[in-house]
Amino acid sequence: MGPEFVQFSLTPILIGIFASVACALPGNFLILRRQALIGDAISHVVLPGIVVAFLVTGVVAAIPMLLGAAAAAVVAVVLIEAVKRLGSIEPGAAMGVVFTTMFAAGVLILEQTDTSDVHLDVQHALMGNLETLVWFRATGWESLLDPAALATVPDELPRMAVVCALLVACTVVFWRWLKIATFDEGFARALGIPASAVGFGLVIAAAVAAVTAFDAVGSIIVIAMFVCPPAAARLMTNRLAHQVWWSVGFATLSAVLGYVFAGYGPLWFGAENAVSAAGMIAAVSGAILGLACLFGPHRSRVGVGRQEAP
Amino acid sequence: MTPSSRPAIAADHGRPARPDAIPAEAALAVRGLTVSYGEKPAVFSVDATFPAQSMSAIIGPNGAGKSTLLKAALGVIPRLSGEVHVFGRPVKEARERIAYVPQRASVDWDFPATVMDVVQMGLYRRVGLLGRLSGRMTRAARDCLDRVGMADFGHRQIGQLSGGQQQRVFLARALAQDADLYLLDEPFAGVDAATERAIIDVLKALEAEGRTVVAVHHDLSTVRAYFDHVFLINVRRIAEGPVETTFTTEALQATYGGRLAAAHLDELAVAGGRA
Repeated sequence: MGPEFVQFSLTPILIGIFASVACALPGNFLILRRQALIGDAISHVVLPGIVVAFLVTGVVAAIPMLLGAAAAAVVAVVLIEAVKRLGSIEPGAAMGVVFTTMFAAGVLILEQTDTSDVHLDVQHALMGNLETLVWFRATGWESLLDPAALATVPDELPRMAVVCALLVACTVVFWRWLKIATFDEGFARALGIPASAVGFGLVIAAAVAAVTAFDAVGSIIVIAMFVCPPAAARLMTNRLAHQVWWSVGFATLSAVLGYVFAGYGPLWFGAENAVSAAGMIAAVSGAILGLACLFGPHRSRVGVGRQEAP
Repeated sequence: MTPSSRPAIAADHGRPARPDAIPAEAALAVRGLTVSYGEKPAVFSVDATFPAQSMSAIIGPNGAGKSTLLKAALGVIPRLSGEVHVFGRPVKEARERIAYVPQRASVDWDFPATVMDVVQMGLYRRVGLLGRLSGRMTRAARDCLDRVGMADFGHRQIGQLSGGQQQRVFLARALAQDADLYLLDEPFAGVDAATERAIIDVLKALEAEGRTVVAVHHDLSTVRAYFDHVFLINVRRIAEGPVETTFTTEALQATYGGRLAAAHLDELAVAGGRA
């Protein structure tokens, strides 16, 4: 792994890892709360919010995008409630209708606007631009110690690293709240734990991860990482802490293997061009989940040894 | 204890809260509690007083608001109105004195946790958000498991337990809270006879230690054997007081209406009007 690796592959791989881990962490708790669909909804609804934020401000910057995404989330909640009541259909279906419609609206608005001078188009929204986040000034591993070269790493890297670190810190600090409130909300409230705030904070954390990761890696990875690594991790262990560690490991593995397979895999099979790194990372995470379903040690946990009394 | 020698059938529904009327010796005192899930109230303007150092049962038909009363008193669900005092102080200031055992069916037992993980949740008030579990606390948690006869199950995944074992784990978690007031929601629902025996032994031991037990209970045939004090509810308060004076045919009829056969009632209840 010589200078070319540092120049062309190191930063995309690191960004991929940070994005995957940032999404997988809240994903663990969303899955245990049977709210995996919320992660899915967030990652879809974020798109129109970001596009409208860009139209209003004219720049692709983190804070306006986050505010736009938050506004879109509020609109989504109102619409979901409206569809649920007016159409009297079940919440899951209402959610599904609203978030796909809003995503589609985001794609349409995006197509109609002139975003040619910024990295914002339909393909970018879906798959990000991981392959273009290269570090041109790097001349090799020694560049990691060169402040002048370090100053030129793509903006996405420090931004994604900070968000990832923030989510790790929140997971550690609020660990007991997350654990107790996710397992037994009533008990948590009786203890004085602000269970509603914990649930709300979790959705906020997922939204922050989604918006930041969306910019760098696109929504395909975000959707996959909220669900696949935590779900695969759940099949590997029966302890919450171990599950979170496994999910971080699987997210990292997906990012690394996915990037490498996307770049070199097609060549191994005689094809000429590399494939989308985002698509391959998501596909690898899906494959890991598939393997965990087949071979995970705790996959048949449901109802094992349970003798329901009458 | 409520000094009345006859069933206190509440006649004055809907009167305003009177926080000044809270007896000092009450472990749990509820005044003017109303809770609503939709437009119809689930619990309406209920006053309840549960004496300290005794075992009380909350009794009533399905949908009468038994669990709702308990949860609203704890602040687990929001109340429309009403005040709740625990040992004479607002419930928010008395959390460390309360242990709560929710209905077993209210949680997902596939959650990735061992029996010991769940019991240690009961130590939360003492360790806080970031405190470290000391060896002494871990040993205390193990003793709590031992008290419910589950000492060998600490490392077992909770999804692999039977219903009765799950209920014992919940009780052990409450014991780990080392509280003065134990509030239990249907602790005997769907458990085997051995577990019911084990749970009642633990609860009686708690009472003997001077602690207070309040349980939502649905099995009328065991009320007299298990409890000292009853609270009868059907959305509104029907009656409350010592079992021997309050758990009567007429009070049960007022609570259950036509849902229980009169003959059945006579078997269960102490004779009406007997002092």
